[in-house]
Amino acid sequence: MNNLLVADSVSKNFGEFRALNDVSIAVPKGSIFGLLGPNGAGKTTLIRIINQITMPDTGEVFLDGEPLRPEHIQNIGYLPEERGLYKSMKVGEQALYLAQLKGLTKQEAKKRLKYWFEKLEIGDWWNKKIQELSKGQAQKIQFIVTVLHQPKLLIFDEPFSGFDPINANLIKDEILQLRDEGATVIFSTHRMESVEELCDHIALIHKSNKVLDGKLTDIKRQFKTNTFEVGLQTSAIESVTNAIKEKFEVLPATFRNLNDDVKLNVKLNAQDNSNDLLSFLTSKAEVHHFVEVIPSANDIFIQTVKNN
Amino acid sequence: MNHLPLIIKREYLTKVKNRSFIIMTFVSPLIMVALIAVVAYLSQLNNDKDRTISVLDETGVLSDVFENTDHTKYIMLTADTNLETAKELVKSKEDFGLLYIEKSSDTSSIYSSVKFFSDESPSLSIMSSLEDKIEKKLGDEKLRRGGVDVKKIEASETNITIAQETFTGEKTSKIDSYLKLAFGGAAGYLLFMFIIIYGNMIMRSVIEEKTSRIIEVIISSVKPIQLMMGKIIGTSLAGITQFAIWTILGSILVFALTAIFGLSMAELQTPQQEIMNQALQNPDMANEMQLAMQSFFNLPLANLVIAFMFFFIGGYLLYSSLYAAVGAAVDNETDTQQFMMPIIMPLILAVYVGIFTVIEDPHGTVSTVFSFIPFTSPVVMLMRIPFGVPIWQQVLSFGILAGTFVFTVWFAAKIYRVGILMYGKKPSYKELYKWIKY
Repeated sequence: MNNLLVADSVSKNFGEFRALNDVSIAVPKGSIFGLLGPNGAGKTTLIRIINQITMPDTGEVFLDGEPLRPEHIQNIGYLPEERGLYKSMKVGEQALYLAQLKGLTKQEAKKRLKYWFEKLEIGDWWNKKIQELSKGQAQKIQFIVTVLHQPKLLIFDEPFSGFDPINANLIKDEILQLRDEGATVIFSTHRMESVEELCDHIALIHKSNKVLDGKLTDIKRQFKTNTFEVGLQTSAIESVTNAIKEKFEVLPATFRNLNDDVKLNVKLNAQDNSNDLLSFLTSKAEVHHFVEVIPSANDIFIQTVKNN
Repeated sequence: MNHLPLIIKREYLTKVKNRSFIIMTFVSPLIMVALIAVVAYLSQLNNDKDRTISVLDETGVLSDVFENTDHTKYIMLTADTNLETAKELVKSKEDFGLLYIEKSSDTSSIYSSVKFFSDESPSLSIMSSLEDKIEKKLGDEKLRRGGVDVKKIEASETNITIAQETFTGEKTSKIDSYLKLAFGGAAGYLLFMFIIIYGNMIMRSVIEEKTSRIIEVIISSVKPIQLMMGKIIGTSLAGITQFAIWTILGSILVFALTAIFGLSMAELQTPQQEIMNQALQNPDMANEMQLAMQSFFNLPLANLVIAFMFFFIGGYLLYSSLYAAVGAAVDNETDTQQFMMPIIMPLILAVYVGIFTVIEDPHGTVSTVFSFIPFTSPVVMLMRIPFGVPIWQQVLSFGILAGTFVFTVWFAAKIYRVGILMYGKKPSYKELYKWIKY
């Protein structure tokens, strides 16, 4: 069994509204799985179903091959987008309470909290009330509480919101380390650069349907248009440009470079490969820049959502 | 996994450790006792005011009616004083007022020619005491003229107390009924107060979890119904703690006050207490006291205590689950109004039925019916029980209550489950109905 979590044809209605329509995903063990989609697409509903907060109308969810049971809560750590803590409760008491709700004993929770408090350098917060902390500080506590019971599956919904870049980086590194230690991560966000950076797999949900799913590299391959970003240095700008336009499909390109006179996005013809293009270009001008255009997660997201 | 004890513990501790809760717990009895003391003191102050009332009696008939009391002095003016002179005199002495009885040809028409002059309008009690005195005297006068011996009439006055006894030979008395009323009333009212105070507390605590956005974190670990029940039970325990402290502190304070200001408290006695004191001195009344003690022990005490526990818990859980549901349905306290009415109405109805109907006829149709309707039964039944309610009725009523309770908790849990994750919507009843089907 290579998948830690499998959702099989999950559907959910709220009254007349169909929040999820026959959605299936498979999250491989030890991967970081990006769950993407516009606002209101149904991501949160799916996450809540995985957390057994809501029950699916039809379909089933399996954790490690077993149908979800209440005991599985202990194996899942969930950082919701709408998150908060009891404002008037002390940090330590609160963390202990939440850890015990996840099935840890008080002693064990205390020990692990101590470790994490030291790791994130927040040891002296134990007796502070949440309302005395800044938003970012409270988020750190929230993160610790989420991962404290060492769950097999971690679900982060917009984990970086509220963090400054330094702390966001710190949390990112912690997430990567948790993954390296064997945890599987479901990661929901609108920040495509972090998807690019972290995710191995993605699934895109749009208007209650899954519209895209797979390994990020596979998806990129699927979305690539065989286009190359080209920067040439020549004195005869116009004639060179026209010569390329005659042979290839061309779009203007913008990228930063020192002194390229011609900047173009050039699409390969069906029968050509990149070497054909390159040799054509070298025959015309001096090539300074030659890069395959790889669609970004952002491009894929926008393109997919627009097309549906 | 059963997290209920953990949740109860947290709810209880946060409530009990809350600063305003602590202040409320320890300051309220102080305030209450202080308030009672102040009110008693003030009313006494008022009575203490010494008054002088001048009486100008041109008829001479009423001359022996006005006897000085502790705070009221009567000055009889000579019958030939001019009214205007008398007024001036009273004014210059800054006396309270002048009672003027105009000369009239016939004793029987005196009643229409009595006037009272004063700076401020006198209180009802002063006027009625003056009126009583004059009425009595004029009445006696009329009787005397008609040839009736007033002394004989006075001698003929008899006071009767009917000795009550049940067929089985237990002695009862009117005091018995009062006692039952007091017990039932206290139990019913206590429940009413408890529901209002701690129901609201539960509701606020649910709203707090919503506004602080912790709710989703919590319910990814526990079932909403566990959280709800934990909240209800934890808050109730905090409430019971608070009530217990109030009772103990209140008793200590009253005791201490009586000990320290023993003398002045004796002076603060209300009329009822005076009657009680007299009763203790009067052998007949002492007998009555004994009867009261006896009727206290004649009350179905065991039944009362057990029924109190059952109906109190049942009624409280029924209502508090509704409060929890309302808390879950809204985002902030101001939105709760529209849902509060249907919760509070049956409660108030129950108290009214209890006060007006149960007292009149504890086993009448209205009382009986309302002691079976689940939303009013806890209060009404608790008020009825001291008068003796057949066990089968109590059991049946509690059965209905328990059934409804299970239903309300199920219903509230449904709303709670959906509501706690809903933000920014001010739900209508229609919306709530939809949530139940989610």
